[in-house]
Amino acid sequence: MARPPSRRPGINRRAQYSLFASYVIAVAGAVASLLLVVVSIFDPTGFAGLRTVTTELTRPLSVGLKNMVSGVSSVDELLAAYWRAGSQNVSLRRQVETNRNRIIEARAIAQENARLKRLLKLVDEDQSDLLTARLISSSSGSARRFARLNAGRWQGVRPGMPVRAAEGLIGRVNSTTPNTAEVLLLTDTGNIVPVRRANDSVPAISTGAGDGSLEIRALSAGRNPFKPGDLLVTSGIGGIYQPNIPVAVVVRVQGEIAWGFPLANPSRTDAVVVERAFEEVVTRTDPVDAATEVAPANAMAAP
Amino acid sequence: MIDPHLQHVPRLGRHPSRFRLAGTPVITVMLGSALTLLPIVAQSPVMPPFGLLLLLAWRLLRPELWRAWIGLPLGLFDDMMSGQPIGSAMFLWTVTLIGVDAFEHRLVWRSYRQDWLIACLAIIFCIIGGWFFARITGGGEIRLILVAPQMLWSVLLFPFVVRQCARIDRWRVMA
Repeated sequence: MARPPSRRPGINRRAQYSLFASYVIAVAGAVASLLLVVVSIFDPTGFAGLRTVTTELTRPLSVGLKNMVSGVSSVDELLAAYWRAGSQNVSLRRQVETNRNRIIEARAIAQENARLKRLLKLVDEDQSDLLTARLISSSSGSARRFARLNAGRWQGVRPGMPVRAAEGLIGRVNSTTPNTAEVLLLTDTGNIVPVRRANDSVPAISTGAGDGSLEIRALSAGRNPFKPGDLLVTSGIGGIYQPNIPVAVVVRVQGEIAWGFPLANPSRTDAVVVERAFEEVVTRTDPVDAATEVAPANAMAAP
Repeated sequence: MIDPHLQHVPRLGRHPSRFRLAGTPVITVMLGSALTLLPIVAQSPVMPPFGLLLLLAWRLLRPELWRAWIGLPLGLFDDMMSGQPIGSAMFLWTVTLIGVDAFEHRLVWRSYRQDWLIACLAIIFCIIGGWFFARITGGGEIRLILVAPQMLWSVLLFPFVVRQCARIDRWRVMA
């Protein structure tokens, strides 16, 4: 096929001007949008407000779709469970028997712990949980890893709040709209989490690799202290994440870097918990709060 | 009726509405951008940029349909839907459309393969551009290899998208 007729509009002046004007608009617009990108280098969430309209309008759709498919996403796990079901059954039963004794021991320890705490008059109130919501969609086409949460500013979600699942850390809130929030996932290349090894507190920094794995660098100089199988939890440094949230397990060690795999899979978890920022929880000592905390304590002590 | 496809023969003196003629391409591109609303929480950039594929398909199928500035509003919508910084697709799509215009002007012979080649270059340009913008706007050290699979299957998916676009186009121009 020969090429289609030229877009050159011939000698018609008006058509010529119109074509020229369209290119002027296109080039000016391209330059302007390049400026927008440059602005977002310095302020990555600056234009998040622009997204409010679209995300609010499309939220019901995503929620509806999510409700429809929430069972489907784990179908491969279900199928895999049927494979080797017999031998797995036997080994699981053995495991249950050994675990039963441990659970009884743990219960006794928990009781003893509560009794000791009462003796010490230690108030252990965990007020970090804010709400539970679902992840409804994600930036599946972009190189960044964002997920959209079905709760926003009106529900009390604020940028910077950590998001976790029962299995471990998911990420933190990046920006919010009235009813949705954008969560920067743990595996995003821009998400840096201070972690430590669970059993001996070797400090490290976890950075997402963008492909579902994590790059873990030890803070100590010298040889890499990690080995495959090490469990990493948040260290609480930095004031965002609570300490001791499970983060990842080390799967491979390569020179200075250890590669980890997140314990919580955001595509599998049904609901996630938004927590208050750690700093906000521990430094809540303004007089009003302190007074309300002291008052019931006195009331308890009086009779 | 002998053949069900004969039900919608174009009739003399009947024209499709202006909204159908002008709106259909725009709406399909926006729907392509909106595919990120699917309830998938992806662990890596896996989904092809359907908005871009549809934009290129319409542009190559119907060169007279749009001027280059159409990349600005459609790109803005795509930026709102994808997790890219605002301005990223606006810039890349507009530059791509200007580039396609320039390329088309120089090309003597055109066929399906040349269209695919143009689309291939455009997809690679847009995905690498998107990767670069994500990297400089707080993305940290994103490796280029991360977007390579997405690039590959976007290029391979393009002929299919063109075919679907042509099907929609046939409906669009028939009254």
